[in-house]
Amino acid sequence: MGFIELLQSVIPPALFFSAPLIFTALGGVFSERSGVVNIGLEGLMVMGAFVGIVFNLTFADVLGAWTPWVSILVAMVVSAIFSIIHAVASVSFRADQVVSGVAINFLALGLGIFLTKQFYGKGQTDMVTQPFYTTDIWLLSDIPVLGPIFFEGIYVISYISIILALVCWYIMYKTPFGLRLRAVGEHPMAADTNGISVTKMRYVAVIISGAFGGLGGSVFALTIALNFSHATIVGQGFMALAAVIFGKWHPLGAMGAALFFGFAQSLSVIGAGIPLLADVPQVFLLIAPYVLTILALAGFIGRSEAPRANGEPYIKGSR
Amino acid sequence: MTSNKLFNILVPVISVFIGLISGAIIMLAFGYNPIEGYAALWEGAFGDMYFVGETIRQVTPYILTGLAVAFAFRTGLFNIGAEGQVIVGWLAAIWVGITFDLPMYLHLPFAVVIAALAGAVWGFIPGLLKARLGVHEVIVTIMLNYVALYSSNALIRSVLSDNQDKTEKISSSASLASEWLQNLTFFSRMHYGILIALFAAVLMWFIIERTSIGYELKSVGYNKHASKYAGMNVSRNIVLAMVISGAFAGLAGSMEGLGTYGNMSVSSGFTNLGFDGIAVALLGANTAIGVILAAFLFGALKVGALNMPTEAGVPNELVDIIIALIIFFVASSYIIRWVLLRFKKGEK
Repeated sequence: MGFIELLQSVIPPALFFSAPLIFTALGGVFSERSGVVNIGLEGLMVMGAFVGIVFNLTFADVLGAWTPWVSILVAMVVSAIFSIIHAVASVSFRADQVVSGVAINFLALGLGIFLTKQFYGKGQTDMVTQPFYTTDIWLLSDIPVLGPIFFEGIYVISYISIILALVCWYIMYKTPFGLRLRAVGEHPMAADTNGISVTKMRYVAVIISGAFGGLGGSVFALTIALNFSHATIVGQGFMALAAVIFGKWHPLGAMGAALFFGFAQSLSVIGAGIPLLADVPQVFLLIAPYVLTILALAGFIGRSEAPRANGEPYIKGSR
Repeated sequence: MTSNKLFNILVPVISVFIGLISGAIIMLAFGYNPIEGYAALWEGAFGDMYFVGETIRQVTPYILTGLAVAFAFRTGLFNIGAEGQVIVGWLAAIWVGITFDLPMYLHLPFAVVIAALAGAVWGFIPGLLKARLGVHEVIVTIMLNYVALYSSNALIRSVLSDNQDKTEKISSSASLASEWLQNLTFFSRMHYGILIALFAAVLMWFIIERTSIGYELKSVGYNKHASKYAGMNVSRNIVLAMVISGAFAGLAGSMEGLGTYGNMSVSSGFTNLGFDGIAVALLGANTAIGVILAAFLFGALKVGALNMPTEAGVPNELVDIIIALIIFFVASSYIIRWVLLRFKKGEK
């Protein structure tokens, strides 16, 4: 197997595994940059996956090929609404944000399975008939060498996730909104005295994280899982959270970390077909992404400094 | 002024109450009879001796994982990795149970201690990384959960069995199961582990409230910088807290291995004991006695829920929703306090 073929077999799955993580991690970046810890990303993904699958199953006949695209939009909206619970608890009710996030995780899974049993009379849904399919991207796939590696047999949604990361970076670092968002997360009192509504900014940030989490969950469900059960989202949200911290709360950093996780996961899936890795027991490939993350955090990344006010409810007038 | 202590008791009680009411409303909304639903739940948790035995069996690991999470919380650490520590503890207990051939008074304690040690080692890693390099313990423990899951699966296949999906049963000299208890409870899987769990709770209370080690741990949890200024070794306390926390979770694993199942199977997902332990610790306000009470509540809810689909037609996931809501209300204690104070003012 030549080097080019090797890349060709590694990169598309890497992109395809990382897309849901990128979306969700971007959501996490928004929320945590505004000062709200969001350990509920897992639950938001569960909600997204559930809504995405149910909508897809229900409207596949009506919407045809557009079904998956509409499904992820609906999942985004529903998860955004769902995330308001977390916003109310952690911003208005001054709840411990970690605890509220844990509650979101339990609630999403409980609700998802409960409603699945209500709608379908069993613990898991049927397979969707209109998932996302891989395509060759027009024109770009004709580029010699690079075309087959990056643009053949790929999910368009993977590239959307990368573009979205760039957009998020722009919003966060080049717009007044982004500046306010970061200010609220670093020093809410200073932001408040400058006339920025801490409460409003944090609500917006958590709702954005809900939308992106729902997007990530539904994309995962419609590209990888293809149905919904208690085992659809198992820890991807936590991986996304890890990507947020690994990426130092920066949209592009989070994207990089998510791409790395996707790459490592794809290795464990296709490792058997790669000469160098074929003899390695599969367990080492399975645990590689997690061990590498720990090593990377311990070795190269160093102290990860969270936004200063992350996790602290803002109480007007208190010092 | 109503005292803080009263609030600390009132908040969880009110949360549980609102949680159960919300559950009833959900049942009504979906056309079930909430009275039937809760009756089935009660029946399934305490209806006869068998169900009581099963409830206690479920409560046993919950107490221990709850203690594990609570202990770390006290030092300001979030041990989301109780899950992984449970898995390595379970695996270690099974390994000792299968491999060694000792009289019971040596074999059983040996297996339990090794399980606690395995969990402690699994807690030591994030503790050390946090203390020495400032790596966030949440992310390391999440990663270690997966490492524990996949490696234990591989070890079950390659070392503890001959390419099977589960290990053989442990020898009876390492088992916590007792015929006497099983006969008493119509052959439930209840075992002697509950005594170990209760003892562990007493131990946690003693360490936290009655020793200088516990004082230092709490102090580091309240204010790292002040503790350092007062001459405490913050790094050492962080590591110690994670080690003890991991040991509790490892014990929970041994309860499953030596008591409930007697073996270990390859698993594609987590046991959820560690994650449920977070809920238990939160409701129990991170105190030993609170953890015991919360573990009993959640254990009874979880076991009782299994009776709901057959008796009342309600999906048992309703209980997960109720648990989530209870945690949510505990977290939002500020608003409960606020409402209570309003009522107090209204009376005057």
